Formats: sequence, C-alpha cells, structure tokens
Amino acid sequence: MDPALWPMLFVLALATFLGIEVIRGVSRLLHTPLMSLTNAISAIAIVGSLLIAGEQKTDLSTLLGTVAVAASMTNIVSGFLITDRMLRMFKKPEAGKR
Amino acid sequence: MIENLTQAAYLAASVLFVFSLKWLSHPTTARRGVVAGSLGMTLAVVGTLLNPHIVSFQWIAVALLVGTALGVPLSWVPLTAVPQRTALSHSFGGLAVGLVGTAKYFLWLEDGSLTGFRTAVLVIEVLLGFLTCTGSLMAAGKLQEVIPTRPITYRGQNFVNLGLFALALGSGVYLAANPTQWQLFPLIIGLSLLFGVLLIIPIGGADMPTVISLLNSYAGLAAVAMGFVLENNLLILAGALDGSSGLILSIIMCRAMNRSFANVMFGAFGQVQATAAAAEQRSFRSATALDAMQMLEQASRVVVVPGYGMAVAQAQHRIRDLYDQLTKRGVDVRFAIHPVAGRMPGHMNVLLAESDIPYDRLIEVEDANADMSQTDVVLVVGANDIVNPAARHDKGSPIYGMPIIDADKAHTVFAIKRSMNPGFAGIENELYYRDNCLMLFGDAKAVVGDLVKEFTGEGGGH
Repeated sequence: MDPALWPMLFVLALATFLGIEVIRGVSRLLHTPLMSLTNAISAIAIVGSLLIAGEQKTDLSTLLGTVAVAASMTNIVSGFLITDRMLRMFKKPEAGKR
Repeated sequence: MIENLTQAAYLAASVLFVFSLKWLSHPTTARRGVVAGSLGMTLAVVGTLLNPHIVSFQWIAVALLVGTALGVPLSWVPLTAVPQRTALSHSFGGLAVGLVGTAKYFLWLEDGSLTGFRTAVLVIEVLLGFLTCTGSLMAAGKLQEVIPTRPITYRGQNFVNLGLFALALGSGVYLAANPTQWQLFPLIIGLSLLFGVLLIIPIGGADMPTVISLLNSYAGLAAVAMGFVLENNLLILAGALDGSSGLILSIIMCRAMNRSFANVMFGAFGQVQATAAAAEQRSFRSATALDAMQMLEQASRVVVVPGYGMAVAQAQHRIRDLYDQLTKRGVDVRFAIHPVAGRMPGHMNVLLAESDIPYDRLIEVEDANADMSQTDVVLVVGANDIVNPAARHDKGSPIYGMPIIDADKAHTVFAIKRSMNPGFAGIENELYYRDNCLMLFGDAKAVVGDLVKEFTGEGGGH
C-alpha cells in the first residue's frame, strides 16, 4: 500500500461529506443549473491534461494531453456559460403585480 | 516558491468551488456561484501553467482555443436541448480523464516508475473515464433521438454486461499484479468503451433523469480517480463534489419513481406492459378550447402540471401567455413540478423560468397535493405517468408506489395530449377515464395557443 494514499483518502472522505451537505441545500428549482455547474467544475481534469500536454515527453502523451485539454476546456466554457444563462432566467417573484 | 504559489491557487480554487455550490441554495445568490466557480477554475488553470515541468505552451494554446470555439456554441443550445448537452459534456469529461490515464500509464511504463498501486488506480481511472465517455454519448444520442429512445434489449443482456465488466475488472487486477503487461491496457480501454455503450442501450427515454444523474456521478468519480493518479487534492475535492451531486440527484430521481438504482439500470422499464388495459375500451370525454377557457375563467385556483410533452412541443411560451391571461383575471396559477418530469432533474423549472414564470409560482409535489382538493382546475400539459392515479392503488401497475401529483382529486382536470395512445412507458393512464377529466387533443403548443386566443377574443369559439 502506498503511504501517499492516506492523505488523499482523507480529502476524498471529507470532500464527499461536504459535497453531500452542500448539495442537499441546493434549491430543487436549480437542479438543472446544478448539473451544468458541477459539469464545469469536474472539468478540473484540465489540471492533469495541461501537465501531460505541456510536458511534451512523448508524441503520444502530448497528443492525448492536447485532446484532453480541448475536451475539458469545452466543458469549462460551455458549462459556466450555460449555467449563467439559465440562472439569469430565474426571475424574482413579481411583488407588485398581484 | 512556484510550488507554493500553485498549491495556494489550488487551495483557493477548492474553497471557491465549495462556495460556488453553496450559493446555488437559492436563486437570488445562484449567479454568484457561477462567478466563484469560474474564478476557481481560472486559478486552477493559472496555478497549473506555472508548473516548471510544462515546457511548451504551443499545443496547450491550440487546445484551449479549440475548447473555447466548441464550448461557446454549445452554451447557446435551446433550453429544451439542455439534457443532451449535459450528457455530451459528461462524455467529454470522461474522455479527458480516460486519455490522461492512458498517457500516464505509458509514460510511467517507459520511465519504469509503474508500481502496482499506480497501475490499479490508473485502471480505475481509465475504466470510469471511458465508460462515462461512451455511456454519456449514448445517452446524448437517445436524448437527441438519433438513437431510438425505447429500451433495446436482448436475451441474457445483463449476463453479457456483467461478464464484460468482470472481464475488464479481471484484466485490471492482473495488470496491477503485472504492471508491465501493457498489451492488456488497450484491451481494458476497449472493454470500458464497449461496456459504456451496452450499459445505456437497454434504458428508455423516461429513465433519462436518473441515468444522466448517475453519469454525472461517474464523471465526478473519474476525476477523483485522476486525482489519486496525479496525487492532486484539488482534483479529488472537485471530483468528489461532482460525484456527490450526481449521487444525490440520482437518489432523488429514484425516490420520485419509487424504484431502485438496480431496477433503473437493469430493469428495462416499459417492456412488460402494453397488453394490460388495451382490450378494455373505456370511454373518455373530450373538450374544446372554448370549454376549457370558460372553466378556467371561473376558477380561482389553477395548477398546471407540465411534462416532457411541453418541452417537445416548445409550449412554455404559450403557457406564459395563458398564465398572464389568468393572472390578469385574478386566478391563482401555480405549476406543480414532479422531480422526474422532463428528461433531466429540474428540466421543467428551467423551461418555465425561460418563459418568465416567477419561480415562486413553481411548487413541489407535496405542496400541490396538500391543496389539491381546493384546486378548481388542473391543466396537464404533456405529462403522463406522473399524474396516473394507478400509482396509488393498482399493485399490478409498473408505476405502483411512485409518488404522483394527485390531479384526479382536483375539481376538474384538462389533459392536453396528442391522442389516446399510451405514453412512452405504454402504461394506460386511468386519469383520462375519470369523470372529472376532459381531454384536449392536439399539440400542446397549439392547444394552449388556442386557449389563449379564446381569452383574448381571437378564438373561433364565439
């Protein structure tokens, strides 16, 4: 067993707990934006992709890394933009009207 | 020094991601969440680019440009197409994770630093990444209807799927024990890709809200696995946030259908029925737009129950017009949103928000049912199973036990439907044969449009 595993398991356990608590508080109205936002956030895979693409160790790794950066970047850009587009549509209750 | 800067950027990004999701707790703070999330992502990218191991930026720049060029138009899709866009981006996410895992395996193989532990984690990463990739692609295809939305089943399907998965897992275990047997790696990739496809084809369109949530969860877990490979806590945290979000949404969806994960994934819903009530010719009543208008005008409380049919017909803007007409006449109009209405969690809310319905008019099933006996008119727009009273009492029905909106308990129900054909799942809806239910036949957009015309005096009814 690799000793580096333990601190990572700590982070995983705590982050999962935190995630469940935070997500449970998300308004049901916003479940679609929630999914597109977490989509964008999970494109954090770009961190690993950038390293592989930029290290330029072998042609294969550079190619795979570059495609991975492009795929992650697509998710980041479209994820954040569409989330914002959807959230802008949620109008406040029309107080004066009724 | 630079390493410290990078880690500080990652730490800040982690905190921002948590806040980003926390601010989604309410529509008034939600847009702040997007700002926090994109700021966190920018920090993470900049922090990574500081890494001295990155020797060339040429391909990175190209990839970032390509990603932006693809991402911007993908964010302009009509809101009815948001489920397939979401599935497509799960697919991209899985692809990125799988590719990085593949690259890392061969890099480590070459420089001899491949340990059993690293190989095991890589196998998990690649398995999750590639199965999410093809699985989500299939889901996107079904949602876009380029692939048949009905479940595709054959004998021994679950056996084949489990066998494939076991084979992939077995190869993974063998590879972890013998990390240099690289020939197995492409095999594992191939099996994962195939497994992703086979996992999704038996699942029908109506189960997509659960499937898409589950794939969301897989995409997160894949990112977690990548974090373990690269020993990067930011990846683990962000992946875990995504994974738990997908998990919670899947649980909500399953509960809303009174079904288990296993049943959704392996049950091939909608196969059994078809014969049930087909023989019986029961009578129903249909009504005209004018009839409906007169009833609605007299009502003091109206509840609209939207379903996937509203999205298909793009009827949400006509519904807004109807809402305006009724509200102007002092009628209290609310929208009862079932969690599995539509093709992804929250789908109906977004469509109604798009047509400027204030969000305090959107209510949940429990609240709608609590007031149902005092509701004068329920208007069902393109929804079916979620208002079927059989779910409450018919133990033989496949939807028995599913929490439904008790539309039948309202004084009068108008159901907009294209024809009397049973819906996707092939389940006969008892509601339509109730005495208090009147059918409005036609395309949802056209029917609601006619209704509005009756109110504005342009209708042909007078």
